[in-house]
Amino acid sequence: MDQKLVSKIPQGPLADKWTEHKAHIRVVSPANKRKLEIIVIGTGLGGASAAAALGELGYNVKIFCISDSPRRAHSIAAQGGINAAKNYQNDNDSIYRLFYDTIKGGDYRSREANVYRLAEVSNLIIDQCVAQGVPFARDYGGLLDNRSFGGAQVSRTFYARGQTGQQLLLGAYASLNRQIAKGSVKSYPRHEMLDLVMIDGEAKGIIARNLVTGELERHGAHAVVIASGGYGNVFFLSTNAMNSNGSAAWQCYKKGAFFGNPCFAQIHPTCIPVHGDQQSKLTLMSESLRNDGRIWVPKKKEDVERLRTRKVKASQIPEEDRDYYLERRYPAFGNLVPRDVASRAAKERCDAGFGVNETGLAVFLDFSTAIQRLGRDVIEQRYGNLFQMYEKITDVNPYEEPMMIYPAIHYTMGGLWVDYNLQTTVPGLYAIGEANFSDHGGNRLGASALMQGLADGYFILPYTIGDYLAGKIQVPKTDINHPAFAEAEKSIQEKIEKLLAVKGTQPVDYYHKKLGQLMWNKVGMAREKAGLESAIEEIQVLKKEFWKDVYVPGTNAEFNTELEKAIRLADYFEIGELMARDALNRNESCGGHFRVEMQTEEGETKRDDENYMYVSAWEYKGENQVPELHKEPLNFEFVQVATRNYKD
Amino acid sequence: MNFTLKVWRQKNAKDKGHFETYKVSNISPDTSFLEMMDILNDQLIREGNDPVALNKGCHNSGPIAFDHDCREGICGMCSLYINGRAHGPDEDITTCQLHMRKFKDGETITIEPWRSAGFPVIKDLVVNRGAFDQILQAGGFVSVNTGQAQDANAIPVAKAAADESMDAASCVGCGACVATCKNGSAMLFVAARVSSLALLPQGKIEGARRAKAMVAKMDELGFGACTNTQACEMECPKNISVSHIARLNREFLCAKLKD
Repeated sequence: MDQKLVSKIPQGPLADKWTEHKAHIRVVSPANKRKLEIIVIGTGLGGASAAAALGELGYNVKIFCISDSPRRAHSIAAQGGINAAKNYQNDNDSIYRLFYDTIKGGDYRSREANVYRLAEVSNLIIDQCVAQGVPFARDYGGLLDNRSFGGAQVSRTFYARGQTGQQLLLGAYASLNRQIAKGSVKSYPRHEMLDLVMIDGEAKGIIARNLVTGELERHGAHAVVIASGGYGNVFFLSTNAMNSNGSAAWQCYKKGAFFGNPCFAQIHPTCIPVHGDQQSKLTLMSESLRNDGRIWVPKKKEDVERLRTRKVKASQIPEEDRDYYLERRYPAFGNLVPRDVASRAAKERCDAGFGVNETGLAVFLDFSTAIQRLGRDVIEQRYGNLFQMYEKITDVNPYEEPMMIYPAIHYTMGGLWVDYNLQTTVPGLYAIGEANFSDHGGNRLGASALMQGLADGYFILPYTIGDYLAGKIQVPKTDINHPAFAEAEKSIQEKIEKLLAVKGTQPVDYYHKKLGQLMWNKVGMAREKAGLESAIEEIQVLKKEFWKDVYVPGTNAEFNTELEKAIRLADYFEIGELMARDALNRNESCGGHFRVEMQTEEGETKRDDENYMYVSAWEYKGENQVPELHKEPLNFEFVQVATRNYKD
Repeated sequence: MNFTLKVWRQKNAKDKGHFETYKVSNISPDTSFLEMMDILNDQLIREGNDPVALNKGCHNSGPIAFDHDCREGICGMCSLYINGRAHGPDEDITTCQLHMRKFKDGETITIEPWRSAGFPVIKDLVVNRGAFDQILQAGGFVSVNTGQAQDANAIPVAKAAADESMDAASCVGCGACVATCKNGSAMLFVAARVSSLALLPQGKIEGARRAKAMVAKMDELGFGACTNTQACEMECPKNISVSHIARLNREFLCAKLKD
């Protein structure tokens, strides 16, 4: 066991770990909570729920977001649903089954104890959200309805039309607003965390930039919680919001927090395909569509040709000439295989020349069978807003012609390494939701991101952070005049001045697009040794070019979007490099990480449990230095590690 | 496709502001409106950095600031008053889902920020919608602490009520209703939240208190009164019905009668 990685997983039977742990960690009295300050970065499901719950407990909370309101956080865009082990459908679901599906879906690269706890608190989340007034879908009897998601054979996904993330976030945001009104939480919209401030080896505050005025502000606290989401925008084109970024987490890494499994990025199979080179982002079509949509490409190459030249419409291709390749390859799960499996299968068909649009990078998602079986009204009720969105973007009516879809970067399973208490390797620094690495292993199952964000924020962090803060009740408020704040502020000031002083020739996006393309080609869906090695070099070259030739207009002392983007992109080069390094080190295929060298004859992922059954945790060693790899071994005591099988 | 763009430019909240005219060309009809803005900004950044153009007296105020984030119509961050309509000419979408195929080749497009006393301009097309947060802080929640909830299926909710609550809850808080209203009223926004919660047993309990507190905050923050023109419903990207305003009025009246 690595001395620096203490996972603090409690002993004892799996089902008792969390209960036992809670019983023995310390708590802070109400009188002392009032004296303690906590900073939360990000207002998505993790951040908003954590800040609300901590405020309710009586702590003094400051919450920061880069948008104009906490409600804009990208959790809002999650469409399909949230998992919970309620077993309301009487289909033999249980906490164990949700746990098992999640461990298996993650390709045995996550911690048993964390995942079991996640499944355990999942039911509380649904109760909490209903109590907040979240309008989940209901049946005529007035009880909650469920749908199925990938990687599961039960219906355990709760949903609010195609806007589940929005409704859950509005619930958390409402709870947050209640605390803001009470004065226990103070909200800082249009503020971006640019550095973590450490005093005597502990997280003690942040430097934030006011995005309206450009002013740098110092904020002190007894603990800092990072809930700033993932780093999928390294790829430029992704389903992430344009402003989502990895910079807050990255500053923590550079201040000593280890970064876990950076190469684990999820590629979502059902996104609207790329068109042209001016595209700014990719739009997701919810996984829930795979409940009723069937994925196919033509069997015959001549049909492919006729589709590409628009001589024939998809609906005109006869049933017997269609290859429903997921149903063919994975009979047991069919169209509802996990995301990584569905994505690779689409790529395989397109690489073999069966892609159905002009670029050759698209497959069909067809609802005609479901419309015949259930009628158009039912389909409209289930997915109306998604169908409308598809039509607005593509100008094609999906009730008449199948949707075209292709995989795109969606989510990052990797993130700041945390122990069982969700604390990073830096004392007083916590990471929750997508910003940490902990629960999804090599691949996240659909409808589990919302579950994790709210589990961490409502039900886990508020307990575990108390254990740390109980030792700080005598510690006075952090003094923002401490030299550590001045030093952090100065280094940010210099970085900003340096960016503005380059005055080169190319806008920020020019470099971001270049980085994105490089990442997609070499650190994307298929990765191999030579490609990863050259990616590391090419990223370094591109980063140098950026610092020599970028042009950032305007000044620091104003609302300056280009400057915001430049600061984030400077970090993306480094994040991309670490992803490539981690992917190169992990010479196995597991979950979303596919090393071309490691596949079965059928093209399925080939894990190497003997050599890679660990979490990689990278330690920053300084500018342009190779980071140090630490390994947290994964011990499976309760499930039998097996090859993932979605065939039978 | 080619377009002439008349865009509102305003340095900061104190600046008076003015229109500037730009041209963009070779735009694909499949380009989204905001991608077209990206292309224009790329052009402006490059021109602003071109000494030859600047020597010729080319005036350049730098890239245009506009709010946007998810670009899939759900975060509510994007705004823009396009050719005199909130979120532009297409129906039931936010600006980020608007595509250039909805315009005529060669058309002149006028782009302005939301204009309302409640939403002061920060820069160019970016406005401050912080007032919406404040209105919701006044009462747009159910007073339940984390961990107090009973089983989610303990209280059945009629499907029709849950569905109507969801209709109201799909408000994205973009502010199009306020920008469209000749009185600058935030009634549709307030009504959507009040109505969504009033329709559910969990939210009903605080209904009266909520309605009063949120309406009072809206008035305090300088939003105008509702005169039932229903323009807000017409321009709402999420099709929120004015029937929710009727429910808000009912809740509000009942609350006042009880006082």
